[in-house]
Amino acid sequence: MADPAAEGHAPDRLDLAALYAESEIGQMLAALDDDLVGLLPVKRRIREITAHLFVTRARQMMGLATGTPTLHMAFTGNPGTGKTTLALRMASILHKLGFIRRDHVISVTRGDLVGQYIGHTAPKTKEVLKKAMGGVLFIDEAYYLHRPENERDYGQEAIEILLQVMENQREDLVVILAGYQDRIDTFFESNPGFRSRIAHHIEFPDFSDDELLAITCKMLEDSQYRFSPQALGLLRHYIAARRQQPNFANARSMRNAFDRMRLRQSLRLFETPGLVDRTALATIEAADISPSRVLTGLKSGSQEEHGDHHDTEEAA
Amino acid sequence: MRVTQGAFSFLPDLTDRQITAQVQYCLDHGWAVNIEFTDDPHPRNTYWEMWGLPMFDLPDAAGVMAELAACRKIYGDRYIRLSAFDSTAGWESLRLSFIVNRPAEEPGFRLDRAEQGGRRIAYTTRAYATDRPEGTRYG
Repeated sequence: MADPAAEGHAPDRLDLAALYAESEIGQMLAALDDDLVGLLPVKRRIREITAHLFVTRARQMMGLATGTPTLHMAFTGNPGTGKTTLALRMASILHKLGFIRRDHVISVTRGDLVGQYIGHTAPKTKEVLKKAMGGVLFIDEAYYLHRPENERDYGQEAIEILLQVMENQREDLVVILAGYQDRIDTFFESNPGFRSRIAHHIEFPDFSDDELLAITCKMLEDSQYRFSPQALGLLRHYIAARRQQPNFANARSMRNAFDRMRLRQSLRLFETPGLVDRTALATIEAADISPSRVLTGLKSGSQEEHGDHHDTEEAA
Repeated sequence: MRVTQGAFSFLPDLTDRQITAQVQYCLDHGWAVNIEFTDDPHPRNTYWEMWGLPMFDLPDAAGVMAELAACRKIYGDRYIRLSAFDSTAGWESLRLSFIVNRPAEEPGFRLDRAEQGGRRIAYTTRAYATDRPEGTRYG
């Protein structure tokens, strides 16, 4: 970024809107709005960060002091609310905003950071951090790093190295933690240093029924499927019923449901004699949704999402 | 006497920003960047001690610079160089090597002449630094 202030002719006033229009960031934010259904608090925070960038640029042009903002984030929320999806997109957002140098995400979990024996953890964690430098380090289910029940757990060592880098190399690395709300809270309680080093605590709200419907339709669109009108009506019931059941995981449940619908549709087409056309191949009918255990009320012994799958296959 | 080995050695010492740019160039070309150090500056001393493993899977130079900072902390009184190895078929050799750290004082080299039969002279160079045992040569 050029620094006109250094040359001694700082402008008196700047048009932030014009600066914004010059960049491609407006388009990018619009695309984000389009791609991600709901998630209003999250989008608001991204807008704030964007605005901050432009103000920083403007301050720079006016010759005011600027520093690197802390961008470490914690994403909390129930399963399937888009934490991971957004974290993976965050790198390209921050990159386009110019906060990070490289458009890459290194996605890790406990196993990638914590070693198995004494002296194994530090090099392992450093290796991962080195790889993530310049971009985003995404730690999914970060609370597994800390095992309070075992005081000799090596996780603490990884946390210490992580904290040090988060503090000293803020301009090189953005760390994003993600996990379920309550467990992240306990994690922060036992590692207060972590909480204070993270500037952005973003809560992901549960999706409403309408949002889930929109998300499912989007998923279908992306895979070049579509619902018949009857199927769409039935899906509304399905979403309402699924929400009442245990292990409801928002958009993830919808993705699993879509996968099962696809299987049922394939079987239906396969067993129907005659020719199939383009429309038939692309359409999910009500008959592909109705056999679901969620709607028929069949009790399943398994609590797992994929258990649902096996049961419905038997039912179909 | 200033040791001139590898690239850029006739220029003033590179700043960290310049080193970062060079490393980034190497990484962008897919070369593995190595950090090596020694306290024996003899030009025929080809194989220096390695600091850690070659870094071939980093997208950004910041990782290399962090390692370099760690190496300087411990071996800041010795020569440290960065080398970039190109593993593509046909090359399979170093593409770039340059010194990034040198001792505060470089005593230089002595030229020994050994007279032999028929007034023939054999020459050999010896670094003054190597008069002292390894690890105690600089400061």
